[in-house]
Amino acid sequence: MTRYVARYPDRTRMNHWAVAILFLCAGLSGLAFFHPALFPLTLLFGGAPWTRVLHPFFGVLMVLGFVFLFAQVWRENLWKPRDTAWMKAAPQLIKTGDEASMPPVGKYNAGQKLVFWAFGASLALLFITGFVFWQPWFADYFPILARRVAVVVHAASATLLVLSVIAHVYAAIWVKGTMRAMTRGTVTESWARRNHPLWYREVRGENGSD
Amino acid sequence: MSSLQSLDIAARSATTLPSPHARTAVQEVAKLIDVSTCIGCKACQVACMQWNDLRDEVGHNVGVYDNPADLSAESWTVMRFSEVQTSKANEETRLEWLIRKDGCMHCADPGCLKACPSPGAIVKYTNGIVDFIEENCIGCGNCVIGCPFDIPRISKKDNKAYKCTLCSDRVTVGLEPACVKACPTGAIQFGTKTDMLEYAGERIVDLKERGYAQAGIYDPPGVGGTHVVYVLQHADKPELYHGLPADPKISPWVSLWKGVAKPLAVAAMIGAALVSVFHYLKVGPSEAEEDE
Repeated sequence: MTRYVARYPDRTRMNHWAVAILFLCAGLSGLAFFHPALFPLTLLFGGAPWTRVLHPFFGVLMVLGFVFLFAQVWRENLWKPRDTAWMKAAPQLIKTGDEASMPPVGKYNAGQKLVFWAFGASLALLFITGFVFWQPWFADYFPILARRVAVVVHAASATLLVLSVIAHVYAAIWVKGTMRAMTRGTVTESWARRNHPLWYREVRGENGSD
Repeated sequence: MSSLQSLDIAARSATTLPSPHARTAVQEVAKLIDVSTCIGCKACQVACMQWNDLRDEVGHNVGVYDNPADLSAESWTVMRFSEVQTSKANEETRLEWLIRKDGCMHCADPGCLKACPSPGAIVKYTNGIVDFIEENCIGCGNCVIGCPFDIPRISKKDNKAYKCTLCSDRVTVGLEPACVKACPTGAIQFGTKTDMLEYAGERIVDLKERGYAQAGIYDPPGVGGTHVVYVLQHADKPELYHGLPADPKISPWVSLWKGVAKPLAVAAMIGAALVSVFHYLKVGPSEAEEDE
């Protein structure tokens, strides 16, 4: 009989998926204006002017949602010396998928932490720079040079965010048994032992065998 | 003005393939504004609002003759009055009143068009006129960010961008722009760009004879030349004319943003997704063996 360990409570999971849905909306509406080839994405949002109107609201809501998520998980994402060791061993992991020879991992491995901080940094930059050219509400308060810099930083941050999300999603697909952490809230014991042994020990120590 | 001139479009915003190019025997046009013969009567402003049926809000006097005080979605041209100290050859400094008709310069390399994300919201016709097609405009303000001359204005009423069209509707049917028609001193001329530069050359000879040693044409090469060209008494100091930029060009930020960066970023995103797929195929899933 498979035994499960609780990983994410309801509020974290709902928060995560709210942010994920808003990311899809903000991301697709933003990509529509990112490159002419992607302009047809405006059809998903009721046409180009509506896409322009909606995009910043999606973005602000996404950042707001992420702030709550951030408050729940940032402590466990602080960088530790063992994370540096993990990063050094990461190329081998990617090449072979051999988790067993990796340095032991707590609730999050160094890759997850990197992705988390990339999310935080890119969302902060997207949030700040987005206001600088938000028509018609805020753009007029900023000099044109500031807007020129802001659009470049906004686009670069968006690229970083999308790349991080691709890494995030693929990691969840690659490492089997991960997805149910964010859907059901639990993971199998063997998954926890294999991928997050330090966290597993911690949970066992606190809750006994659950 | 868009479909009327579908064969006369040289460039289109947010469009990666070329426009139809069958028709090539079109002369480039230009509007020549001779600042030295402008008397600041504002007939051009009146003609502009009359022809284009624009009625801007009546503003307030801000202490100078500029009225309205700035370009707006309903004022596509504004006379800029600058009182400056200058010196002619063999003369003490003197006070000069420089009056420049401000508005879209119709750049050969338009920063607005480069920055615009909406296909066909900004077009450049083969005759050189740069036009906003408001029905395709999404109101994002990127044209404002792209313009080296701070010309486009986003309407607070309809969130569309507006600026001087160089009366593209009149020019299409062989008429001169309304401001040209109305100018009582002939300070605004219209014709092919070649003719206008030739005419400007004559004006400059005249101005130099009258002691304006630095008189010259303002047709800035940084934006590939413009289709609104000034004759300036002090072409060495265009900033005197209400901050006309000495060497306007598309900002490097805009070039970076709309140049190499975006195709590279799109390639990186698609690449990351593809790498993921092929990684999965090669390495296979990372799976915990079910035990116990």
